[in-house]
Amino acid sequence: MIKYENTGSKDTRSGFGAALDILGDENPNVVALCADLIGSLKMDNFVAKHPERFIQTGIAETNMIGMAAGLAVAGKIPFAGTFAAFASGHVYNQIRQSVCYSKTNVKIAASHAGITLGEDGATHQIMEDIGLMKMLPNMVVINPCDYNQTKAATLAAAEYVGPVYLRFGRPVVPNFTAADQKFEIGKAVMMNPGKDVTLIATGHLVWKSIQAAEILENEGISVELINVHTIKPLDANAIIESAKKTGAVVVAEEHLISGGLGESVAQVLSQNVPTPMEFVAVDDKFGESGTPDELMKKFHLDTSDVVEAVKRVLSRK
Amino acid sequence: MADIAELKLMASQVRRDIIRMVSGANSGHPGGSLGCADFMTALYKNILQNNPADFRYDGHGHDMFYLSNGHISPLWYSVLARTGYFGVEELGSFRKLGARLQGHPTPDKGIPGVRVASGSLGQGLSVGIGTALAKKMNGDRSLVFTLHGDGELQEGQIWEAAMFAGAKKVDNIIATVDYNGKQIDGPVDHVLSLGDLEAKWRAFGWEVLTMNGNVMEEVVDTLGKARSMTGNGKPIVILMKTEMGFGVDFMMGTHAWHGKAPNAEQTEKALAQLEETLGDY
Repeated sequence: MIKYENTGSKDTRSGFGAALDILGDENPNVVALCADLIGSLKMDNFVAKHPERFIQTGIAETNMIGMAAGLAVAGKIPFAGTFAAFASGHVYNQIRQSVCYSKTNVKIAASHAGITLGEDGATHQIMEDIGLMKMLPNMVVINPCDYNQTKAATLAAAEYVGPVYLRFGRPVVPNFTAADQKFEIGKAVMMNPGKDVTLIATGHLVWKSIQAAEILENEGISVELINVHTIKPLDANAIIESAKKTGAVVVAEEHLISGGLGESVAQVLSQNVPTPMEFVAVDDKFGESGTPDELMKKFHLDTSDVVEAVKRVLSRK
Repeated sequence: MADIAELKLMASQVRRDIIRMVSGANSGHPGGSLGCADFMTALYKNILQNNPADFRYDGHGHDMFYLSNGHISPLWYSVLARTGYFGVEELGSFRKLGARLQGHPTPDKGIPGVRVASGSLGQGLSVGIGTALAKKMNGDRSLVFTLHGDGELQEGQIWEAAMFAGAKKVDNIIATVDYNGKQIDGPVDHVLSLGDLEAKWRAFGWEVLTMNGNVMEEVVDTLGKARSMTGNGKPIVILMKTEMGFGVDFMMGTHAWHGKAPNAEQTEKALAQLEETLGDY
């Protein structure tokens, strides 16, 4: 098992903020919009250094997305930021028509995604957003796993021409991917080659899956761990090749089963190499208040849940 | 720059195009299209400072227009074709399979003149404001124009956008409202009254102009006046009184033709009232 070291826990949203700061300095076309959540989105540095390229929209997300589309038409690269619940569900129709159908070069910065938003509860804990966004033609959906990867993904999103939904989170979590990584949109990252089972993870579940793989390795189970940071376009080849090798697949994500990465993987496998699968994800439920760690346990998104899912799928091989 | 007589001749042809396109597709929205024909003709012929032969998607250095009430697409397509964005022969493809002239406007199939899709109402003002902001950042002194239905103003996003542009002094945008008082389910006052619309826009920080959108002289004058008022710290809205169905007697005074195609006999009757001035496509 390849060793991954936590180089110092940080929140993924700070990775976004750090990249936006760099983009502000390096790319004069990058503009930022925010619906009254500058601090939460870690946009402070960009706002302070480039006030002329920052647009405070107030609590008016539909207008924010529309304005982002209009800015993009005129050659800007707008990053429109708010909580994921408001950046997807609240503005679905604006994203659908003014962004995706119109192919405007808008980057949606969706913070506080998933159950780990924590104490604010279910109104703010969106676990449907990957599904909503991946269904939209022309949309790229990215869900990076740690600070470094979120930073790299943000820089890559600015380079890519077209709509991007960039999903990241609130809590402080281990930072373990390379600081100088090259982020390739649509390319899965092989974290650990193995032969008994394929474990596919995205976002905060990647670290949990690393821990799970170490536990399983100690029990003699060889885990092939793949970090799928881009849910769409999905790296189907990487998934198919791995499933052919191992014959069993588990997908772990901080999202509903319905509409999630697991569903996309199941679609690919059912058409190409039908394989027993298990899902570590939330089954048709809203969240609730609690600390991120408590919620990850209660909603069965913890390391032990990944371990159990692997054992279940192995029993079905 | 066309004189008033020329503009009226073109508007008559545009109205013929609208009837023929909607009739040819056996679907579409003739009522609002006819009502706004004078406005769109004047806007594209005399007001917008741009170059149809050199359509720039990013619109840099050019005045730009967004149609927010996308259902009056036959009007927009006719005016775009009649002012040189693409050939008039393409108008016959309206709403047909594979056409660039989709039921509601979209850049999806690459039609010159259209930059963002519209149809789901309420989104075009935000888009226009975004582009206006970009123009300011770019030091581009050209303007952004938008058109909206009055029923469309029932959408919440319009008022988010209106609040933003007023508060942030986006003074390089001119929005126009087709104030025909009618929407699909009946008179706007019955469906959901807009109340004192002029006072509402003023309260949101906008300069408000009014005009009769079916009197060409007034349209040209008011649009010119609106342009002269830009750059003074306030966005500008024109409340444009129009008659839905204007130019075709049996389509006026009713909301029945909002989204209905005339049959062969009705088409003939309508075309008999509209002079062919520039040659049918």
